Amino acid sequence: MLKRTFFYTFILVIASSCSKESSEVYVPVLKPIEIPRLFENLLIAPIVPSNNPQTEEGILLGKKLFFDPILSANNTQSCSSCHDPQFAFADNKKFSEGIDGKLGNRNSMPLFNMAWNFDEKFFWNGRSNSIEEQALEPVRNPVEMHNTWVKAMASLQDNLQYPDLFFAAFGTRKIDSTLVAKALAQFERTLISSSAKFDKYLAGTAQLTASELSGFNVFMNEAKGDCFHCHGSDKNPLWTDNKFHNNGLDNFPSKGLESVTGNSSDRGKFKTPSIRNLAFTTPYMHDGRFATIDAVINHYSEGLKTSRTIDPLIKKVEQGGVQLSPKEKADLKAFLLTLSDNDFIKNAAFQN
Amino acid sequence: MVLAVLLVSCEKKEINEPTTFVTVQFSHNWDETAVTKADFNTVKFVNANGNRLSIERLRYLISNITLTNAENTPLQIKAYNLVDVGEKTGFNLQSDNPIPEGNYTLSFTFGLNAANNRDGVYQDLNSVSFNVPKMLGGGYHFMQLDGKYLLANTQLANFNYHVIRAADITDPINMVLQDTSFKVNLGEVTIKNNAIVEIKMNISEWFKNPNTWNLNILNTVLMPNFNAQLLMNENGKSVFSLGTVIP
Ligand code: HEC
Ligand code: HEC
Repeated sequence: MLKRTFFYTFILVIASSCSKESSEVYVPVLKPIEIPRLFENLLIAPIVPSNNPQTEEGILLGKKLFFDPILSANNTQSCSSCHDPQFAFADNKKFSEGIDGKLGNRNSMPLFNMAWNFDEKFFWNGRSNSIEEQALEPVRNPVEMHNTWVKAMASLQDNLQYPDLFFAAFGTRKIDSTLVAKALAQFERTLISSSAKFDKYLAGTAQLTASELSGFNVFMNEAKGDCFHCHGSDKNPLWTDNKFHNNGLDNFPSKGLESVTGNSSDRGKFKTPSIRNLAFTTPYMHDGRFATIDAVINHYSEGLKTSRTIDPLIKKVEQGGVQLSPKEKADLKAFLLTLSDNDFIKNAAFQN
Repeated sequence: MVLAVLLVSCEKKEINEPTTFVTVQFSHNWDETAVTKADFNTVKFVNANGNRLSIERLRYLISNITLTNAENTPLQIKAYNLVDVGEKTGFNLQSDNPIPEGNYTLSFTFGLNAANNRDGVYQDLNSVSFNVPKMLGGGYHFMQLDGKYLLANTQLANFNYHVIRAADITDPINMVLQDTSFKVNLGEVTIKNNAIVEIKMNISEWFKNPNTWNLNILNTVLMPNFNAQLLMNENGKSVFSLGTVIP
């Protein structure tokens, strides 16, 4: 404590000696990501860019921005309109409506554990290379917030509170889009989901039912679900590989990753979504085509469609899938639901 | 004072015994034709059985990469290394510390031996999902080679040539595990002047020697296939060879 006071006094002296015009002090409080024990044990460190460290002030600002419709052209839509905490920061629609009532063509993505996306490829097709970069897009997307950054920055600059909040977070009252993106990214990095029933089972504080345990085995068995090669496991608790695959949805898939790489062997590849929080994130897949978990399981079990780029890990494509029995399907679903994290969607720190 | 003495003694040692860094590089070929990510996703390879196939993913793990000197003292360059040909990672291994120049034999273990193949203990490997489910024996994959092969009717089918510790899971409570990692001795190398040593993998050998691999029969779900794992282990032994050593 004493050390800290001394440190701050020291900064204060420096600050006051170099910035003569301003008597205020910019002293953000570092607030590193709280890494859940399970992740700490099993995974490499999360990614936080050195030019955007997590601070209390930055996170607070990011949260306010995330829930504030001020970023949209007509003040009606915030990030949270399509990334709502009660839906694990996705929405419950097939496609989301932008401010002009226009629909996009992609299912909103849930937001959690993004600092552990080690490849830093964001969006269904991976077109964005960091959380910061991603945060710039919705504001100017015509089927989302349909604004311009010039206007959004002016609205923030004219606001009575924001200039002070930017000063507290970044040491300047001059608001620009880079700082908005940095603050949003800091808040997004705090969205961590690691307390589902299955996490508690791994920590030894919850029991799984016989059906849930059987379902876990269906998930892990190469001869059955063989889901673990792409969707993580008890040893990779992100429950995704954050890579791009064609999982056999269509005979003539849309471009997906190809639209970013220009490589036709990437046709129909989309980012593997985490299977955490499925209870809150219906509908499923990049285009929200499946309304239920049962429909997803039926897809893998008997509904597979082949195409040139289908992932080799998808089994028995010729027969439409591995034909799980009704019991195996029910068990698999029960297991999948143990990865839904009520503590996450109710976390007070994440509510508006 | 102590420091000064240390420094002097270090310097002395250096004068007596020149040291250098060493880099180990990995390259891949199909019967001497180079294979890189650019060769993925097209049916352009023919295995010893006559199956035409493509490669879409190739990752493998080697461990205990070691130089052993004439006095039989082993010098570990790296505990383990994951090569991912599609992601272009793990191609270059640098020794952490300088080593004395001289003649060594280069060896490594393909996969992880029984003592090291422990469930979930390597965070970097967990993070890229290289684990083997506990119900299939646990530990880690040694290799993941995924692709497609041509069926008689010109249709393509998937194959997953996944090498792991062999596990007979017929009785899940009393699984029978058999270590299928193996030591590869690449022979003698002279290490001097920041040497670069190439380790070559001939991918076709996985399908050839001594067991001709019929993809029409052994294509997917090979992880729980105890016998298939033993065949892979036999075929793997002729896969690696020493490439060029510079200088
Ligand atoms: C109109 C609805 C809508 C609004 C508003 C919106 N998003 Fe999104 N968001 C989406 C959709 C749809 C996707 C997937 C789009 C795609 O992949 O093409 C997405 C994807 C994302 C992703 C990628 C997640 C991942 O894991 O790859 C992030 C991060 C994100 N949004 C953050 C934000 C932020 C921050 C804001 C506010 C500045 C915002 N979104 C506003 C609908 C919306
Ligand atoms: C080859 C990799 C791969 C395998 C194996 C795989 N998946 Fe997927 N999964 C994906 C990809 C990629 C998507 C997104 C596809 C898209 O939207 O185009 C996906 C989507 C999903 C979704 C939808 C999640 C959401 O939020 O939209 C669920 C649920 C799911 N998979 C469960 C499973 C289950 C259960 C298994 C095993 C039976 C399985 N997956 C096997 C790659 C895979």
